[in-house]
Parts: sequence; C-alpha cells; structure tokens
Amino acid sequence: MRIQKNNIFYGVDFTLVVLYLLLVLFGWMNIYAASVGDEEQHLFDFTTKYGKQMLWIGLSFILIIAILFIDGKTYEKFSSFIYIGSLLSLALLFVFGKKINGATSWYDLGATSLQPSEFAKFATVLALSKLLSDKQYDLQLVKNQIKAFIIIFFPAVLITLQPDPGSALIYTSFFFVLYREGLPIYYIAIGLAAIILFILTLAFGFNSILFFSYLLIVLFVLYVQFYRKISLKFHWSKIFSLFAIVGLFIFSVDYVYNNIFEQRHRDRFNILLGKNNDTRGIGYNTDQSVLTIKSGGFSGKGFLQGDRTQGNFVPEQHTDYIFSTIGEEWGFMGTSLLVILFTVFVLRIIQLAERQKTAFSRVYGYGIATVFFFHYLINIGMVIGLFPTIGIPLPFFSYGGSGLWGFTILLFIFVKLDASKSYEL
Amino acid sequence: MKRGYLLSFFILLTAGIFIAKLFFLQVVNQEHNTNSLQSSTVKRIYDYPERGYILDRNNVLLVTDKQSYNLMVIPKEVQPLDTLEFCQLIGIDKESFKKRYEKARHWSPRLPSVFLAHISKENYAYLQEKMHKYIGFYIVKKSLRYYPLNSAANILGYVNEVNDETARKNPYYQAGELIGTTGIEKQYEKQLRGVKGVKYMQRDRFNKITGPYKNSIYDTLPIAGQDLTLTIDSELQQYGEQLLQGKRGGIVAIEPATGEILALITAPSYNPNYMVGRLRSKYSVQFFGDTINKPMYDRSLLAQYAPGSPFKMIQGLVGLQEEVITPETPFRCFHGYRYGAGESAFMGCHCNIYNMPIKLQRGIAKSCNSYFSNVYRRIIEKYPTASEGMNAWSKHVKSFGLGEFLGYDLPQGKRGLIPDAALYNHWYPDGRWRATYTISNAIGQGQILTTPIQLANMTAAIANRGHYYTPHILKKQNGVHITDSLYTTVHNTTIDKKHFTPVIEGMHDVFKSGTAKHVRLKNIEICGKTGTAENFVRVNDQKIQFEDHSIFVAFAPKKNPKIAIAVYIENGGYGSTIAAPITSLMIEKYLTGKTTNKWYEQRMFETSLEDVYNRQLKIMQTKSENTEE
Repeated sequence: MRIQKNNIFYGVDFTLVVLYLLLVLFGWMNIYAASVGDEEQHLFDFTTKYGKQMLWIGLSFILIIAILFIDGKTYEKFSSFIYIGSLLSLALLFVFGKKINGATSWYDLGATSLQPSEFAKFATVLALSKLLSDKQYDLQLVKNQIKAFIIIFFPAVLITLQPDPGSALIYTSFFFVLYREGLPIYYIAIGLAAIILFILTLAFGFNSILFFSYLLIVLFVLYVQFYRKISLKFHWSKIFSLFAIVGLFIFSVDYVYNNIFEQRHRDRFNILLGKNNDTRGIGYNTDQSVLTIKSGGFSGKGFLQGDRTQGNFVPEQHTDYIFSTIGEEWGFMGTSLLVILFTVFVLRIIQLAERQKTAFSRVYGYGIATVFFFHYLINIGMVIGLFPTIGIPLPFFSYGGSGLWGFTILLFIFVKLDASKSYEL
Repeated sequence: MKRGYLLSFFILLTAGIFIAKLFFLQVVNQEHNTNSLQSSTVKRIYDYPERGYILDRNNVLLVTDKQSYNLMVIPKEVQPLDTLEFCQLIGIDKESFKKRYEKARHWSPRLPSVFLAHISKENYAYLQEKMHKYIGFYIVKKSLRYYPLNSAANILGYVNEVNDETARKNPYYQAGELIGTTGIEKQYEKQLRGVKGVKYMQRDRFNKITGPYKNSIYDTLPIAGQDLTLTIDSELQQYGEQLLQGKRGGIVAIEPATGEILALITAPSYNPNYMVGRLRSKYSVQFFGDTINKPMYDRSLLAQYAPGSPFKMIQGLVGLQEEVITPETPFRCFHGYRYGAGESAFMGCHCNIYNMPIKLQRGIAKSCNSYFSNVYRRIIEKYPTASEGMNAWSKHVKSFGLGEFLGYDLPQGKRGLIPDAALYNHWYPDGRWRATYTISNAIGQGQILTTPIQLANMTAAIANRGHYYTPHILKKQNGVHITDSLYTTVHNTTIDKKHFTPVIEGMHDVFKSGTAKHVRLKNIEICGKTGTAENFVRVNDQKIQFEDHSIFVAFAPKKNPKIAIAVYIENGGYGSTIAAPITSLMIEKYLTGKTTNKWYEQRMFETSLEDVYNRQLKIMQTKSENTEE
C-alpha cells in the first residue's frame, strides 16, 4: 500500500473537501456582495476586499497542497514546539503588536497583518491531542485534569489580555473534547447550569432567581427523601454547601454584572434581554443585522440585489456580520442551507474523528470539530440576535486572511491525518 | 463512543434552533417588511416640473414662476480651491466664506446645505460656467411664485410648504414640497403642479448616494404642470380693487350667459407677492393676525349679509309665480306698513308715495317696503298653514341658488340662509307662528343671509330671465376650453320667463327715475337695484345699530346682458351713495373699457370708511369694557 503514498490525494475524504470548497466559494461571493459597492474596481483588483480575499483563497490552496505533502506524523512530533511557539507569538504581541479596534491582536506585516490567535487554536488542539494520545492518560484523575486545563488556559488568558475575550471564549469548547476523552460529565453539567443561572439572573433579577433555585433544591431533596426512599441523613453537609454555592454564584453574577462589567458589556446583555431598546447607538449593529436578514424574506433579493447590503447598512458586514448578507440576498433558503451545510460539515468531522485509529488523530478531529462548531454557534447566534455581541468570525465566510488560513490549516491537517490512517496500517 | 453523542446532540439542537429562528425572522414575521423602493436604503430624488402659469380671460399673466438659485455645498466633497477667486465670483469676502463653510460643515459634512441663497438669474448664468472648477459646490434652481399684477390675491391663493400632517395623509407629497393652500392654487393643485419625476438612488448608511438603484428601471420622468386660463378680467378685477380701497366688502361680477366669474373682489385684501419667499414670514403673521380688517378673509365668498332690497325682485317674482299678485295689483303705502296691532308692529318705508296705488314696477323702482310686505304676506297666507306657505316660498327662493353652496370651483364658500318652516317651527315649537312674525324676510332682512357671489348669481338668473349657470372661474386648461358639464348645465328657477319682464322694467326704472338715476350711463341700459341693510351688532346682549350696509345689484345691457354684478359695502350707508356708483363704474369699465363718470370715480377712490370702522370699534370696545366692570 505504501506505493500510493506518492499520490498526495490518496485517502483524502472528498466529502469534507467539497464541503470546504462550497463554504469558501459561497463565502467569497458574499464578501464580494458586501464590499463591491465601495469602489468601482476590477474583479481581480487586489486592493479591494473581495480581491484580497480571492488572493487569500488562492494562497490557501497552496497551503493545502503543502499540508498534504507533509507527513502526518510530523504534527504529533512537533506539537509541543508548535504550541510553545504559538504561546510566544501571543506573548510577543504585547511588545510588537499593532492595535486595531482597541485590541492588540495583530502583527503588522506591511502589506497585510497577521492575527496569531487564529493559529493558536490550531496549536492548542495539537497540544491537547498530544497530551491525550497517551493510552494511560486517565481524565478521571484530578492531576491529569489540571494538566489539560493548563494547556487550554494559557493561550486563553493571553488572548483575553489583548483584550479579545470573544476569541478566548472559543477555548471553552475544548471541554467537550475532554469530556469525550473521559472528563466527568459534571464539568459540563455545572458549566451549562452556570450559564443558564447567569442569564436567568440577569433577566429576572437577583431575588426571584435565588428564591426559585432554592425552591428547586428543596423540591429535589424532598423528592429524593420521600419518593426514592433514600435517607439523606449523612448528606446534610453536601446539601448545605449546595445551597451556599448556588446562593454565592447568583450573588456573584449580580456583583460581576454591576461592578466588574463595563457599561458596554452590560449594554450588550440588556439589548439581548430586551431591557434596552436603543437601536441607534449600542444596539445599532444587531438591530441593522436582524433587519437586514429579515428583509431577505423567504427567497432573498438575489445576488448583489440586497439594497441594505449595497448601502452598507450593517457595519462590519464583510467580517463578523457576513451572515446578514446571506440573509438579505439569499433569504431563508440561503441561510437554512448554510446552517445545514455547517452542521453536516461538523458532523462529518466528528464521524471521521470517531473512526480514527490513533487517539492523537481522534482528539485532533474532535478538537477542530468543537472549534468550528463554537465559531459558527456564537457568530450566527449573535448576527440573528440570539447572543450578545461577541466579535468572532464565521469560519470560511468572514473576510480576513489569518482567519481563512487558520481554519484551512486546522481542517487540512485533519484531512491529512485521516488520509494517513489508510496506508499506515 | 457513547460520549461522542453529546456534542452531536448539541450541534443538531443548535441547527434546529437557528433554522427555527431564521424561519420566524424571514418567513413568518414579514408584515413589517416594506417594498424596497420605500425603504431607507433607497433615496428618491425628485425632478419637479415647473408649476403651471395662471392667465386671465384676455391672456394677461396673473401668476408666473420666478427662478431663484441657491448655491449648495457638500463639505466632505469639497476639494482644495482658490478661495479668493471663488469669493470674488460669488461676491462675498473671505471671512464670510469661512463662516458659511464652517456652518455647513457643522450641520453635516455629508449632506448638502445652502451656501448662498437667492442668486439672481444673471449671476447664475455667469457662475454656472465656472462651477466645474469648484468640486463639492453646485447650484440648484428654486421656483417661487410671482404675481406680476399684485392683484387678485383672494382668487389666486398661495402655495405653502407641505407640513408633516399633509404628507402623512397624501402620499404624493413630501414634507417641504410646495402645495396650493388656498384659492386657485388649491382648487387646481393637481393641474398646476403636474407630476414630479422620481429617480431612485441607492444610498449607504450615511445617506450618501452610491449610484442609481437597479439601473434606474423604476425611474419616471416629470410631467409638466398645466397653464390655467381664468374667466377673470384682470383689468376689471384691478379696477374693482381700486374702487374698494378704504372700504370693507365684496364685488362679484358674472357673465350671465355662461356663469363665468369676471371679477371676484374682496376688501381689504393683500399683495399676493407678500406671501412668497422671504417676505412671507414677515407678512403672514401680520395678515393672519389682523382680526379687525381680516385681509385673508374673502368677503366675496364667505361674508354672509342680509341682502336687503335687491331681494324684493325675488319677492315680486315669487308673488307672480304663486299668482297672488299680477303686475297690475296695487298696494298702498303709509310711510310704512302696519302688520299688526301695537306700536312696534310697523315697518317704516322711504318710498314717499303716500296712500297712492303702487304697482310692481314702481314698487321695485322706488323700493317700497309696504308693497313687498303685502306680497310676502299674500304668498305665505295663500296656503292653509304658515308652514306650507313658508316652504313654498323657500323653494322658489332657493331655486335662485340662494341658501346653498353654488358649486363654483373655488375651495371655500358659505351657504347663506334662506329660512323655511322647519326653522320657525323650531323657534316656535307650538307651531303657532304667522307670516307677520317673519315679515322682515319680505325686504331681504330678517333671517335671510346671502354671500356676494350668491347675490351676483341671483342677478344673473334675473338677467337670463329664469335660469343660471353654475358660476365658475376656470376657462381653459393649457389653452383648451374646459367642457365640464357642471358648468354648461342650465339651472332653471321655478319662475316662468314671462314674469321677469315687469321686474326687469322696474330695475330699469331704478336708473331712469329711481334710486340710481344719478349714476346712469348714456349709452348703456342698466337694470339694477339698490339695497340698504340695517346692521345690528350684539355686544354682551346689547343690540347696537351701526351704519347700514350699502348694497347694489345690476346687470347690463338690458338686452342681451353681458355682466351681472353685486356690490356689498359694509357700513357704506345708503345703497345709492357708494354701492350704486361703484356698480355703474364697474359696468362701464367692463363694457366699454373706459369710464366717463370721472367725478364719481375720483370720489369712490377717495372715499374711506376707516373712520366709520374705527368709531364702531371704539363703541364695541367701550361697551364690552363697561359690562365687564
């Protein structure tokens, strides 16, 4: 079978590649639509946004070929170096970085600029894969849990300090990977419960949520005591600490919201929770983007026919808000198709990951699936007004070279790892 | 493997929630989604056609457009320029330039604002050639109404900027556009304005235009406004306005054969050019605020007066038609008419024909109150009940177009009042009222109220011997005669043609031997009737009598009448002193184009009733002050 190794496309999963090409090309069409009105320029004019994006797509293809040439084993071998290098590049931002939109997230490379946090995701996934690939590695042990957490924690903190908390949020997605590899369920359960409590507290206020959550705990205790006939005699300390923790958490939500959050953060939640109807100032982006999506209707206005897109009504439409262009010009048919395309894309990665024969490849596949999923979840959730404003790009769609390359590298290393399994046995 | 399902579950759940939310946004909740052309992303640029001109019946221009040019600036688009040269070109100094530019930039750097207003036509021609050098500056044309004759303000009306309420009610208009608000400008707004053209432009969120919307496929071209020709004779109109100087009242002249309004004069009036452009803000407050002279109040259409003696013709005609009298029926006058027992049941008369038989023709010529009181009583008492008599009388009178809106093509008017049985049954609920209760109606006072245009129309109906055409003021649209059946339909009165002869002879005698013989004309046979209406004002339940209103109606020539006219002068005294000379002068002016009675003309020009009005005002003020204490 080793003869086949000369063909770099041997064993490549073409379902993923076709999905990738569809997403990238559909993405480019929408960047074209969102930025074509700015200047009247030629299609291949590389000074325009769509021209540059075209260039970056071309370069990604070269990247893909390069990745497919490199032996799959290389990544496992060099994962530690890549991870440390990535941490360094994040740290050095504070010295050499360039401030754009209030965050020091970029290296200025003259003609273009580079965002190391886009590559840090890839490095973190590699490091995690390497760590968890050890067959003896048991995530039930607290010591091992902490090692994994530290790998996730470092880049997340560096990115938060930029400050780019939106990108840092992506790192929470790795808990799903850890869970898949044996982390106890209650990490995720507690995390979800905390998020739900957080939102409910903001929406309904400190007192009522405290009351209701205590009521729930009491009912739960009574249920266990009388219906399941389990004596709780020896668990009173646990029950009391549950009361204390929940109370403390709800209190701290209130405190953090009022004292630690800045007004802009509060505004974002207020708008989402309907407490603030300001559509001119802070709520302008979300309002315009929802209106724009709405105006598309069922079948959309047609490619380049979106008057709200052509009129640049949605700020940052070619980057974080690109989904609103699809909403306006392609309508519900386009948006639902894109949601399905992404869902199929992520599920396909998970399916392939589960099939991997090495733990490294499996963790890696699972890791990138969660990264893609979180990006898509948070971005579209924000653009259609379900989530607060968190500035992260939509993979393959949002304008930007670093993002596109980051995601391309992330995906095609997995494609390579997946292809390798067929001939390495 | 089992643990892998959790993430897949979340992924599918997310997909479900997103699609549901998108379905709700894009498919279900679509009612607020308006048409793109109305949306905020598409700017409509209007191309306004020139508003139509207005001419009089002899093609004299009454209203035209005067062009005014504004120099506009969009600060963000301004390129470096030779300021000194530019300042010299438009005639301002450098300081002023800086100030204006800063002001515009402060207001909005992206939207155009007026840099220099009201550039003359000459300067515009010169500037236009050089404008290409100054990027960010451009000139827009603005049309203002112009009234070359300074006359006929009440007829022509004025245009106003559309306010928000009008714009909301009528989707054609945008706030700030021009719309006819009164007079002809309002009545024929659609014809005058034409239809504006629209260009749809795509704009961005800064309202900046980025190019035509959808390759201009929705754009429309403007349709020019129509020029209107009125039935007004501007020379007659101006002459009448001159005659009414210093007086309050109205003159209406109608061509009996067609119903065309020849003149429609109200006094006091105003100079229509004062309601245009920059003068407007200054004068409109003054005009609308003047509650004593009321220059914006068109007395010729709106003022409801007691018609007085001219109504006696109608009384005579109804008597003839109802066959309660013949032209030969005599009545006697005893310096008045006693219609009941008691001191007050006596109506005085100035005909000075004591205890002699008076026939219809003489009764009209001498304006005998007693004669027409008898006629009125006979009409009402012909029927078994006063109600039936009153309704029969009312029906005849209303057939002359009195007591109703006439249906002329001007946007305002008043009904006047011709009483009927219902009115008196309301006042006397027991129904036991009689003809004598309402005897003042016999001589055109009592409850009867008419507007000057109704009186003129009534006179035209008499001149036509029993029919009239709806008075109207529009003659041609874009030079083509209007053919509206509304104005060509004959309105017949309920009076037979033969009955008019004695009445018209009586009116002829008014000029031969009656109350207007002092203003008769050599070559023109005029038929007319003076009127002197008593005039009471109620101040705090006190009835004060002021100077009588002076009235005259007439038509001429007697054969084949060309003009029917009604003149009403508030507090002018006897009909023969002011209204009669004015009528005579107006008729001569219209029929011959000149006037011969120079002495009267001069007197009428000079007669001012301002003293009378001021005296009345003083009386009313003191009366109301007294009672307040």
